[in-house]
Amino acid sequence: MSATPMLEIKGLRAEIDGKEILKGVDLVIPTGEVHAIMGPNGSGKSTLSYVLTGREGYEVTGGEVTYKGKDLLAMKTEERACEGVFLAFQYPVEIPGVTGVNFLKTAVNAVRRYHGRPELDAMQFMKLARAKAKELGVSEDMLKRAVNTGFSGGEKKRYDALQAALLDPSLMILDETDSGLDVDALRIVAEGVDRMRGPERSMLVITHYQRILDYIVPDRVHVLVGGRIVESGDQTLARELEKTGYAQFQGKAA
Amino acid sequence: MTSDMDQVKALTDRKYEYGFVTDIESEFAPKGLNEDIIRFISAKKNEPDWMLEWRLKAYQTWLTMEDPQHWAKLNYPEIDYQDAFYYAAPKKKDGPKSLDEVDPKLLETYEKLGVPLLERARLAGVAVDAVFDSVSVATTYKGKLEELGIIFMSMSEAVQKHPELVRKYLGSVVPYSDNFFATLNSAVFTDGSFVYIPKGVRCPMELSTYFRINEAKTGQFERTLIIADEGSYVSYLEGCTAPMRDENQLHAAVVELVALDNAEIKYSTVQNWYPGDENGKGGIYNFVTKRGACRGKNSRISWTQVETGSAITWKYPSCILQGDDSVGEFFSVAITNNYQQADTGTKMIHIGKNTRSRIVSKGISAGHANNTYRGLVRFLPKAANARNHTQCDSLLIGDQCGAHTTPYIESRNSSAAVEHEATTSRISEDQLFYAMQRGLNQEEAVALIVNGFCREVLQNLPMEFAVEAQKLLAISLEGSVG
Repeated sequence: MSATPMLEIKGLRAEIDGKEILKGVDLVIPTGEVHAIMGPNGSGKSTLSYVLTGREGYEVTGGEVTYKGKDLLAMKTEERACEGVFLAFQYPVEIPGVTGVNFLKTAVNAVRRYHGRPELDAMQFMKLARAKAKELGVSEDMLKRAVNTGFSGGEKKRYDALQAALLDPSLMILDETDSGLDVDALRIVAEGVDRMRGPERSMLVITHYQRILDYIVPDRVHVLVGGRIVESGDQTLARELEKTGYAQFQGKAA
Repeated sequence: MTSDMDQVKALTDRKYEYGFVTDIESEFAPKGLNEDIIRFISAKKNEPDWMLEWRLKAYQTWLTMEDPQHWAKLNYPEIDYQDAFYYAAPKKKDGPKSLDEVDPKLLETYEKLGVPLLERARLAGVAVDAVFDSVSVATTYKGKLEELGIIFMSMSEAVQKHPELVRKYLGSVVPYSDNFFATLNSAVFTDGSFVYIPKGVRCPMELSTYFRINEAKTGQFERTLIIADEGSYVSYLEGCTAPMRDENQLHAAVVELVALDNAEIKYSTVQNWYPGDENGKGGIYNFVTKRGACRGKNSRISWTQVETGSAITWKYPSCILQGDDSVGEFFSVAITNNYQQADTGTKMIHIGKNTRSRIVSKGISAGHANNTYRGLVRFLPKAANARNHTQCDSLLIGDQCGAHTTPYIESRNSSAAVEHEATTSRISEDQLFYAMQRGLNQEEAVALIVNGFCREVLQNLPMEFAVEAQKLLAISLEGSVG
């Protein structure tokens, strides 16, 4: 569509508790593209997702991030969400006593309010939610239960995918969505995410293993080691990594 | 002003005796507490002798009692009971003349709660008849209730119109000698509500103090008595989610419930009195005695309370489970923020066979507040197969507040069973981030999590009340995070 990329990260440095984790990340994701970030444990993958979404405790010490041409780092956590940045969590959090439906409705209406659109009432919302829930294999029962409370790993990820479907984000960040999923659950979730691909939506798929990329085939693959992107390529890079591991890059990062 | 002072002086110089009410013009009793003041109150209300005697006995007992400060986890300066007025007729002219004169902060709160415009004026203490007339609503209800033989009126009116019922039941659950504040209330109570549901009648609507709010203001020493005769049912709502304007710092109310065979009483409260400012200045002291007697077989009493207001809350709505197979329930949410203090809980006294009780208490502390659950479960020797289940959860917001749980369990029957569960948790950063990443701001996120925490209790409130209560929880915690 436009020449402005969805996301442009320049020289991003960030620390947590005074320890520098991101040491100058550069990355551009054009609108409509799916990029994958792979890397060993402790390379800064999750930190990158939290810095982009504005989690407390992650301090940016340098660089800039532009999202749809706007300064992303100047926005509050909830503003980023309302502007269409969505993080699919590695471990979705339990919120006892808050029903799945209520949480979804509150979120959807918060975003609508932000954009000056009228809020949905319970009836309108349920109609919308039921249709999407069915597509993603989220049962009515799950919607009535408390958010993520007592959900299996697969249920949590499906519920997260349902949130994404309802919030209709422009930039989806998937933080090791494959953790805690068996092969079948992984396929269902990944296929659900892949259906959300579109010319107006970009995705950043953060993963340890390449198997999720069999379902969500990325346009570009980047390797994050030691807080820097050390290598970029197309999907063949992911397969290569599966065989060779990250050891070859460890030297590069130092 | 001077005429008021003259009247006060005139009154202090006089001796009051029962029956001189006709020659008293004054709307005030002078400051202080003594037998004369009690005689004055009783005379003002044209009460029968037995009522006055009861008040005087209470007063004499009160003189020998001590403030409960020593055992409750509360801190407050000594109260000078001689430095207070115990009787003032409602003075409408004292209130603001219109909403323009009302504190904008208060109006902002009404706005957030979605209180209807006309309602706001009443709550803010604007002379009501000048603004609108809700009497018609009240009368419609009264007609319907009368048809069913339900008595719902002010305590003062009940003393006049149904003295036999009042005399039989008043003090039968909370005796005049019960405790410091209840005893004080017995001596000086000015008004309150009286409800009687006849045998076999199911009250078709929620009874609420709202419907008789235009009658004389009940003041700081409120007295409520509800009697559910055999096989009857009533749900009663007390209070209001919107903050009420009130100049009285000390409130000491008494509520007595009596459920006869197969009767059920549900009593719901939302208390949102002025909690004081963010530095702990001002605020209402709320010392309440609420107790229900499940006197009949298979009777049931449920207390549901949402306590968000007052600087100090001292309150233990209790059930005396006398009748075999009777059931007592207590569902409570108590929120304390800033410098608020709450010492609240319940007492379940199992006397009859197969009696059951359930306690669900949710305490939330933020700011520098202290929140204590204090609950007693007692099984007497005849309470064979009695059961209690207690669940006590505390939620902390921030690191300057405190949550305390003090359960007392006494069993004198070996077949009785008691279960007690308690948890303390914090709103986690994980939960907040998760909700905020979905578009909620921090306050919305806290409100959502807190409402989830309180769900078991809130779902016991009548529907509309529950919706209001949810909004109230959010408002009470504004500014408590970050």
